[in-house]
Amino acid sequence: MTARGYRFWIGAAIVLSAACVAAAVVKNEYYFYAAYVVIQFVVLATAWNILGGYAGYVNFGSSAFFGVGAYIAVMLIKWLNLPLGLQIIAAAAVGGTLGFGVGLLTLRLRGIFFSIATVAITIILETAVINWRFVGGATGIQILRPPVMEPFESYTKMLFVCMVLLAIIAVAIARHIETSWIGRGLRAIRDNEEAAECTGVPTLKLKLAACAISGALMSAAGAPLAMYQSFVEPASAFNLTYSVSALAMPIIGGTSHWLGPVLGALLLGSVQQIVTVTVSSELNVLVVGVLLVVFVVAAPQGLVGLFTKVKDKVKGN
Amino acid sequence: MDLLLDAVIFGLLLGCFYAAVSVGLTVAFGLLDVPHIAHPAFLVLGAYCTWLLNGYGLDPIVAGIVLMPAFMALGMAVYRFYYETFERRGSDAGLRGLAFFFGVVFIIEVGLILLFGVDQRLVEAAYIGKSLDIGDTRLPLRMLVAFAMALILTAGLALYLSKTFTGRAIKAVAQDETALRLMGANPVRIKQWAFGIATAVTGLAGALLIIIGPVEPTIDRVYIGRTFCVVVLAGLGSMSGTLLAGIILGISESIVLTMLGASWAPAVSFGLLLVMLGIRPQGLFGR
Repeated sequence: MTARGYRFWIGAAIVLSAACVAAAVVKNEYYFYAAYVVIQFVVLATAWNILGGYAGYVNFGSSAFFGVGAYIAVMLIKWLNLPLGLQIIAAAAVGGTLGFGVGLLTLRLRGIFFSIATVAITIILETAVINWRFVGGATGIQILRPPVMEPFESYTKMLFVCMVLLAIIAVAIARHIETSWIGRGLRAIRDNEEAAECTGVPTLKLKLAACAISGALMSAAGAPLAMYQSFVEPASAFNLTYSVSALAMPIIGGTSHWLGPVLGALLLGSVQQIVTVTVSSELNVLVVGVLLVVFVVAAPQGLVGLFTKVKDKVKGN
Repeated sequence: MDLLLDAVIFGLLLGCFYAAVSVGLTVAFGLLDVPHIAHPAFLVLGAYCTWLLNGYGLDPIVAGIVLMPAFMALGMAVYRFYYETFERRGSDAGLRGLAFFFGVVFIIEVGLILLFGVDQRLVEAAYIGKSLDIGDTRLPLRMLVAFAMALILTAGLALYLSKTFTGRAIKAVAQDETALRLMGANPVRIKQWAFGIATAVTGLAGALLIIIGPVEPTIDRVYIGRTFCVVVLAGLGSMSGTLLAGIILGISESIVLTMLGASWAPAVSFGLLLVMLGIRPQGLFGR
C-alpha cells in the first residue's frame, strides 16, 4: 500500500471514531438527526459520481435506487422483521441488480437518452409502489422501531454511526475505482467510447460494473430511511429532489476526484439543513438548483478544480 | 364496449393535446439536438403566465397568443446562453448541458412555488365547465377547444417548417450544419431563431395545459415523460410523426385510465418511452 493509501485509511479511522465519540458525548439528538441527512448525501453523491463523474453517464434516477432501498427495508421489516444490517445488505443487493439492468440500457442509450430513461425508471417504480397495498400504497406506511442496540443510547445516534460507516465504505470503493485500472477505463469511456472500445477497454463490462456498484450504494443509503423517519411514503422516497441533489453535489464539489462529491455533499447538505430549518424546505431545492447552474456555467471543474487552480497559481509565483 | 369507445374518443382528443405540448420539444430536441429537459417546466411557466393574464379577464387562448413574443425572446436568450457556455466550448458539453437544464427545471418549479404556492390553479372562460353531448358520449368543451387549438398549432408549425424560407433553413441546420456554414449562412442565428419559435409555441401550449385541467408547479414531472415519449416515439424531428405519436400516447393513456384507474396513468408514458428507447431509439417514424 502506498503512503497515500495509509493516510486515507488513517483518516477514515479517525472519522469513524470521531463519529462514535460524538454519539457518546453530544447530548442534543437534533445534531445527529441533521447530520444523518448530510452523511446520507455523501453516500448518494459518491455513488452518483462513480457512474456520472468517471464514466460520463448522467443518471437522473438516483431517487429510484434510493426509494428501492427504502422499500426493500420496509418489505423485510414487514415480512421477516430482519435487523438493520441485513436490510442494508439486501437493499444493496437489489440496488446492484437494478443498476445492472440500467447498465444494460447503456448498450444502446447515451447522453440525454440514458438520462431520460433513468427518470422513466424512477416514475415507473414510484407508480408501482403507489399501487402496491402491501407496502402501504400512496398513503405510506408506519414503521415501529425495534429497541436500540447496545452500546448506543438512541436509535438516531445508531443510524448516524451506521451511515458514517456506509459513507466510508462508499468513499473507499470510489477511491479504489478512481486510482485503479477500472477508473482509467471509465475515464476512457467518458472521453471517447468508440476509441476506448477499439483500444481494448472492456467498455460493456466496466459500464455494467459501474452501474451496479453505484446502484448498490444508493440503495444501501436509502435502506435506513424507513427506520430514520419511522414512516415511508412513495412521493417522498422517490422524490426527484434526491436525484438533483445527488447530481448537483459531485458537480459542485468536482467530479474528477473522490474528494469532490464528499466536499459537495458536506457543504451543500449542511446549507440545505440550515435553510430548511431557518427558511423553508422549498428554498433548499432552489439553492441546489441555482448552485448547480452557477457551477456548471462558471466553474465546471467544481471546488476541487478551483482549489488546484489556486494551488498552481501560488506555486507558479 | 361503449366504455372502450369513449376511451378511444377521449384519447384522440387528449392525444392531439399531447402533440401540441410536445411540438416545441420536437424542434428544440429533435431538430436542434439541445438536451432540453426543462421543456415541460417552460410549459408550466406558460400555464402560470396564462393564469395571471386570465386574472385580468383575458381569455386563456388570447393570453397564450399574447405570451408568444415574450416566450420567443426568452427562448432566444436561453439558447444564446446555452450556446455560449456549452456548445461552443465543446468537450464535456453533453454532461454539463444536461445538468444545466436539470437545474433550470428545479429553479422554475421552486420559483413558481415561492411565488404562487403549491395550490392548484384554474382559468375561467365561457367554454370551461360545459360539455357537448353526442349520443351517449359526453365531450367536455374544454377538451374540444384544446383539441382544435392543438391541431391548428401543430399544423401551423409543420407548414412553417416546410413552406417558408426560415422554416426550411431550420430543417437544413438540423440535417447538416457544416454544409449550411459552407453556404455562407450562420447556423447559430438560425438555431437561435428556431429555439425561440419552439419556446413561443410552448408558451401557447402552456395555455392549453391550463385549459384542459388545473395546474400546479410540479406537474411538469409527469410531462417530462409525456413530451419525451411523444418526441422519441415520433422519431426525433418529425412533425406528422409527433401528431401520430401524441394520439398513440393519448389513446393508450386513456384506455389504461378507464381499465386500471388513474393511479397507473403516469406509468403509461414513461413505460412506453422506456420500451421505445430499449427497442427502437430512432422512433416509429425515425430517419
